[in-house]
Amino acid sequence: MRLAVVGAGAVGRSVVELAGEYGHEVVAVADSSSAVVADGTGDRSPGVDADAVVARKAERGIVGDADPADALAAEYDALVEATPTTLGDAEPGFSHVTAALERDRHAVLANKGPVAERFGDLRAAEADSAGEVRFEATVGGAIPAVSTVEDIEPGHVTAVRGVLNGTANFILTRMAAEGLDYEHVLAEAQDLGVAEADPAFDVDGTDAALKCVILANVLSAGAADDPVDAREFSLDDAEVEGIRDVPGSALRLAAEDGQTVRLIGEATGETVRVAPRLVPENGTLAVSGTQNIVQIETSHAGRLNISGRGAGGPETASAVLGDVGRLK
Amino acid sequence: MSDRRDGAPEDGVPEVDGGHAATTPSTHTVRLELADEPGQLLAALHPIADNGGNLLSIYHERGNKTPRGRIPVEVDFEATQERFEEIVEALRSEGVNVMQAGTERYAEEVTLLLFGHLIDTDLSDTLSQIEGCESASVADVSLAAPQGTEESSSARLRVEARAGETETALAAVRDVAGAKGLRVVEPLVGVEA
Repeated sequence: MRLAVVGAGAVGRSVVELAGEYGHEVVAVADSSSAVVADGTGDRSPGVDADAVVARKAERGIVGDADPADALAAEYDALVEATPTTLGDAEPGFSHVTAALERDRHAVLANKGPVAERFGDLRAAEADSAGEVRFEATVGGAIPAVSTVEDIEPGHVTAVRGVLNGTANFILTRMAAEGLDYEHVLAEAQDLGVAEADPAFDVDGTDAALKCVILANVLSAGAADDPVDAREFSLDDAEVEGIRDVPGSALRLAAEDGQTVRLIGEATGETVRVAPRLVPENGTLAVSGTQNIVQIETSHAGRLNISGRGAGGPETASAVLGDVGRLK
Repeated sequence: MSDRRDGAPEDGVPEVDGGHAATTPSTHTVRLELADEPGQLLAALHPIADNGGNLLSIYHERGNKTPRGRIPVEVDFEATQERFEEIVEALRSEGVNVMQAGTERYAEEVTLLLFGHLIDTDLSDTLSQIEGCESASVADVSLAAPQGTEESSSARLRVEARAGETETALAAVRDVAGAKGLRVVEPLVGVEA
């Protein structure tokens, strides 16, 4: 398939680098200020030169000399939307996706904004298009959460819960293991590149909540007789508590009782909740460090657990390229 | 044979608004002494079942006889208060030796954490407010205040709840904590990790 990749952060760059391995070619790449569009004259393939794009981004901070709009207008089969997640109107990601759908092209998202904040609009745009929308990469990085729910069929999934933010999990794990306080471990996580300079999105539970909102949308739409009637969720519908104030002493008290604290997100077709919760110290949900876990509660097949890397360029790109492979 | 059944009270029992009238079944334990003869256990269970008791578990300690050569048996069952009294009466009139009969008010237990300004906001008042809730009782408290009384501190609470009322008990804790600006770390109820 011919791909246009919008967004040249860690995920977008990895998609550009790995697409060839999956049998696809990248015909256009855009970041916020520049673009490169293949002219079909490359010596090895008609796509853009992945190495050159990645090198230019690293050296000059741009991907090419074209305008970002040129990438959106390029001749691609699927658009990969990997710009940073934005809340509210979810722009510019939402417009990138609708631009593709209006041209009857597919859209594969790694950007959570449009799926969490404007699910109904997104599905309506998809319904009017011959193109399809997929978003496995928005939940749990490399973990196939959305496609597993789809395989089981959302109507037979009663709840999805899990640890969906590696930064928060790293902090809680270190606090419990070393008896350290939040501020100390946060500084350490920032030095290691595990936490952003502004960690609010992760430690306040927003990121985990967006993933749960997306799962709630999938469950709600999938269980409804007519998806148009399904309840739509956005971040405002989520009950969210973060880990910022959790003191080290709380983790010590939990450990004395064979338990620990994890930031657990839960989604059903009716509710979304993210909060620090007590879980057994050696239990399935108490994954360590930056690991994530998704636990799917089914009507007829018991409980499924999938753990793995919840973030990272190549990990998330593998989910994006998995989605590209699922497109018809 | 000592598994304890958790979950909601039997279906079809009218729940009186907010209260626990005699019509709501609760868990009871009776301690019996049986003669070491065939059929004695069955004879002792009949009066329970015949009077509407719902058997939950039987602990039959055959190797441990009383000084008079009898075998102690502990039976847990669910029944309304009225039926419970009838059952004890029926057991006695059948000649079964009832050593102890009691009602276990709380059948479920959860552990949770509270944190924030626990001491400044009067921990003992917080606990008695939780106790004030019909569904919940605080069985155990561990406090950690490493930075003295003025900084944020933590407590681990073991809260007992009536059968099927763990969610109500947790909601009561949330309300009490919320009013004082304290945070609650709840367990994942119903999820065995």
